[in-house]
Amino acid sequence: MHNFDFVKPSSIADAVAALSSEGAQALSGGQTLLPTMKQRLAAPDVLVSLTGIAEMQGVCTGEGGLHIGAATPHAVVARDAAAHYPALAALAGGIGDPAVRNRGTIGGSVANNDPAACYPAAVLASGATVVTPHRRIAADDYFQGMFSTALDEGEFITQVIFPIPHKAAYVKFNQPASRFALTAVFVAQFSDGVRVAVTGASNNGVFRWTEAEAALSSDFSAKAISDLTVAADDMISDLHGSAAYRAHLVKVLTGRAVTAAR
Amino acid sequence: MPKDTGIGASTKRREDLRFLTGRGVYTDDLSLFGQAHAVMVRSSVAHGRIVSIDTAAAEAMPGVLAVFTGEDFKDVGGNPAGWLINSRDGTPMREPKRPVLAHGKVRHVGDAYAAVIAETYAQAKDAAQVLADATVIEELPAVVDMRAAVANAANRVHDEIPDNLCFDWGWIEDNRAAVDAAMKAAPHVVTLELTNNRLVPNAMEPRASIGEYFPGTGDYKLTTTSQNPHLTRLLVCAFVMGIPENKLQVVAPDVGGGFGSKIYHYGEEALVLAAAKRLGRPVRWTAERTESFLSDAHGRDHVTKIELGCTKEGDILAIRTETLANVGAYLSNFSTATPTFLHGTLMAGPYKVPHVYVNVKTVFTNTAPVDAYRGAGRPEATYSIERAVDKMCRELNLDPFEVRRRNLLTPDQFPYTTPVGLVYDTGNYQATLDKAIELADVSGFEARVAESAKRGKLRGMGLSTWIEACGIAPSHLVGVLGSRVGLYDAATVRVNATGTISVMTGAHSHGQGHETVFPQIVAEKLGIPESSVEIVHGDTAKIPFGMGSYGSRSLAVAGSAMDRALDKIIAKGKKIAAHMLEAAEGDITFADGKFSVAGTDKAKSFGEIAFSAYVPHNYPLETLEPGLEETAFYDPANFTYPAGAYICEVEVDAETGKVDVVAFTAADDFGNVMNPLIVEGQVHGGVGQGIGQALCENTSYDENGQLLTGSYMDYAMPRADDVPFYTVDHSCATPCTHNPLGVKGCGEAGAIGSPPAVVNAVIDALHRGGITHVAHIDMPVSPNRVWQAING
Repeated sequence: MHNFDFVKPSSIADAVAALSSEGAQALSGGQTLLPTMKQRLAAPDVLVSLTGIAEMQGVCTGEGGLHIGAATPHAVVARDAAAHYPALAALAGGIGDPAVRNRGTIGGSVANNDPAACYPAAVLASGATVVTPHRRIAADDYFQGMFSTALDEGEFITQVIFPIPHKAAYVKFNQPASRFALTAVFVAQFSDGVRVAVTGASNNGVFRWTEAEAALSSDFSAKAISDLTVAADDMISDLHGSAAYRAHLVKVLTGRAVTAAR
Repeated sequence: MPKDTGIGASTKRREDLRFLTGRGVYTDDLSLFGQAHAVMVRSSVAHGRIVSIDTAAAEAMPGVLAVFTGEDFKDVGGNPAGWLINSRDGTPMREPKRPVLAHGKVRHVGDAYAAVIAETYAQAKDAAQVLADATVIEELPAVVDMRAAVANAANRVHDEIPDNLCFDWGWIEDNRAAVDAAMKAAPHVVTLELTNNRLVPNAMEPRASIGEYFPGTGDYKLTTTSQNPHLTRLLVCAFVMGIPENKLQVVAPDVGGGFGSKIYHYGEEALVLAAAKRLGRPVRWTAERTESFLSDAHGRDHVTKIELGCTKEGDILAIRTETLANVGAYLSNFSTATPTFLHGTLMAGPYKVPHVYVNVKTVFTNTAPVDAYRGAGRPEATYSIERAVDKMCRELNLDPFEVRRRNLLTPDQFPYTTPVGLVYDTGNYQATLDKAIELADVSGFEARVAESAKRGKLRGMGLSTWIEACGIAPSHLVGVLGSRVGLYDAATVRVNATGTISVMTGAHSHGQGHETVFPQIVAEKLGIPESSVEIVHGDTAKIPFGMGSYGSRSLAVAGSAMDRALDKIIAKGKKIAAHMLEAAEGDITFADGKFSVAGTDKAKSFGEIAFSAYVPHNYPLETLEPGLEETAFYDPANFTYPAGAYICEVEVDAETGKVDVVAFTAADDFGNVMNPLIVEGQVHGGVGQGIGQALCENTSYDENGQLLTGSYMDYAMPRADDVPFYTVDHSCATPCTHNPLGVKGCGEAGAIGSPPAVVNAVIDALHRGGITHVAHIDMPVSPNRVWQAING
């Protein structure tokens, strides 16, 4: 790790100011950034911690659904979202291990947009809104491919607002080593239709499986997707799973998520 | 009623309090006045010619004290292989020099070719990057795949070795024709090609070394993460650095796991000593986890074709194997013994198979060195045999339990001379098999299959009956087989004036629990409390010349030495007691901590005798030296032969390919058990590693020799939720016939016997589920591989 300066603003406005300087890098739970810095693959001049800003912490219900401060750790979401959005709480409770869940934050995960991360599936399947100091971004516009998002340079997430579905479930198939999602599917049933988001599988990051959404919107059962197939073309192929295997898992896990949805 | 002290008691591990509360003292915990920090500069390519290293820029960096390259060590010796193996044609193995730092060529990713010493770790790290940037390495084609390595003569890991072969070994070569004939005549032949996957040892504590030099005396001190400090001292002094052995102290303090990888001497140890001398300051180095992945000696990595000739009823008539064994880029210290005398000699398994022939070609590749890893050769042999036996059962539609019964050696056949050069002294393989069947509730299995099916899972059961050779090793035998060292061990028992005991042992504990178990034996023999006994290990300045811990040898060899030394203590105590009690020495008996005159109530306690030895006011000084301290060396007459039967049950999710181990039963014969709690823990750990190998772990290099599984993001370690609650038994004990404690060793058993049980269970589950086209899946049996096998 190289030397860096560290600031911890207590307001969003101060954070915006701090992040406007060249070489500044937002730090939330640090679950990706800090290991990268330790390996000397990143060397920001200034780390701007976002975990000291009160209005970026916590889970509450509000207009549009469940409001989750971007710097809220997974463990807090797992606990405090359980009564409102059990599938989301279960997802948060299944990320990493206790140390990760007590440090890692929803905002960090969504901003990083790791193609195997859990939260992007929930954000996309829920049709959530990503809130930054300057604007609100719909989930469908936010995710722009592996590690790529609609965030501008220096822009950071302050809050994510989740509409609460009638039924939902997240089913994750672990990559055996990292326990990230080898493939995972979040299914959410709303009054105006079903949304299905897949993480871990695609070279383009999290995506919606629209054929399954259409089928499930008319018949919310696992058999509704039994005739569908998932193309392996854009799927990730690596040591832990071929593209064909991941494509297969998308369908299997979607069916299981539908069955498990509560 | 279980004992609560002494031999056979489940005494809780006294060392755990300090380990679990962070009070252990590991090499990296030591901080020395004036210490400097070393960072190794490692190759980022698998194979390359070092064109130039410009050290000037690095040397000019802040805080940099010295830069070392291979040039600095070109005139010192190399790190040798401990066993000389001859090829089938009688020629000795090819033995390229393994330098402290790579010189001329780099031969694997992570091969260290330079080191930077600086005031701080960060400064050394900065300068190491600058040095790497100032180094020109001409990349050469990498030799990665073993088959390609022996086929492509143009592409050489070592320029002087044209076919990348270290040796082509036949065991036993004289039997080859007879084995071939038996195979040809066999009514049925099973053929199986399998890979024994390469593993990274992943000790919790990374390797670390601190070198010191004392100019006033010319003495050196090396503090290092070693499983055997005396061997490290011998190698550093006699082979690499040319330091007189009496001028180097090697200390291995608390060591956080080794699994074999810390048996060996590594270049970093020589580097810190050389740097300490040049700078006149202590020099320390600690591996980062990435360096552990890249440069610790890996394990396994065999590709084997096994043929098993049998009758239609399942009597095994002949076994023949051909193996390619990877040694990596250089010969690590035990690397030539592991695929040969720890592998080929076990290829008869626990069976009365008359004809066995083993061929091993050991191959150099541009990968990290490969050496002994928990089990070392014996897991590879066991896996080959037990997978082939399982395949035989399936091909001939035979019951795997009955087939084992037909072929297992029976108790009346011991001592039994195998066709591969060992003499099994004792055993009762039927008893462990029966015990495993009982504990695993085999009769209730069909009902469990049906229950699993209701949940959409395929359930299968796998069996493995296995044997190993432990208590390494009888020097006379290993000397014949090519070992360049003796494998005895030693202990000094020092009775202190107040009657407490210090035992200096040549064994080294890096997780095994010696500090608890050895005192139990002393307490039992001397009739004193366990808490009065302290074990001293891991320091060449304090302990007699021992050979460390590996190969399940600590208790069988070093424990036997301690037992012999205790006998000497008792014998001397009797002489002292005879004088004090005014009786003939022959009339003195020793029991329950008291020396008594037989047939009288005259007695002296052990403490009184000890005090008298050190305060010899009334003492037979004319005939007996004062003091009470004895040393014994012990060289075993034979290997020990732990054996057992393992039964694994799995559930397979055929949709995803995910395998869950839902039950695992281990019935082992370890001979006499000194501490059942620790033995169970050893089996749990070993089986955990075996399940890890079977289901999770794999070391993967790409075609350019880049390590794809270089972190825990891609190297799948087994975790708590990958393993079941084990059922462990060791009641079927046939004590070892040739060591005083009757012990056989338990450290490696779990890792040896379990992988075939797991894989056999997966194949069984698939077949029971109607997926009968899958004859074999290579380890690790990962979800993706299972799914591909089902759908391929």
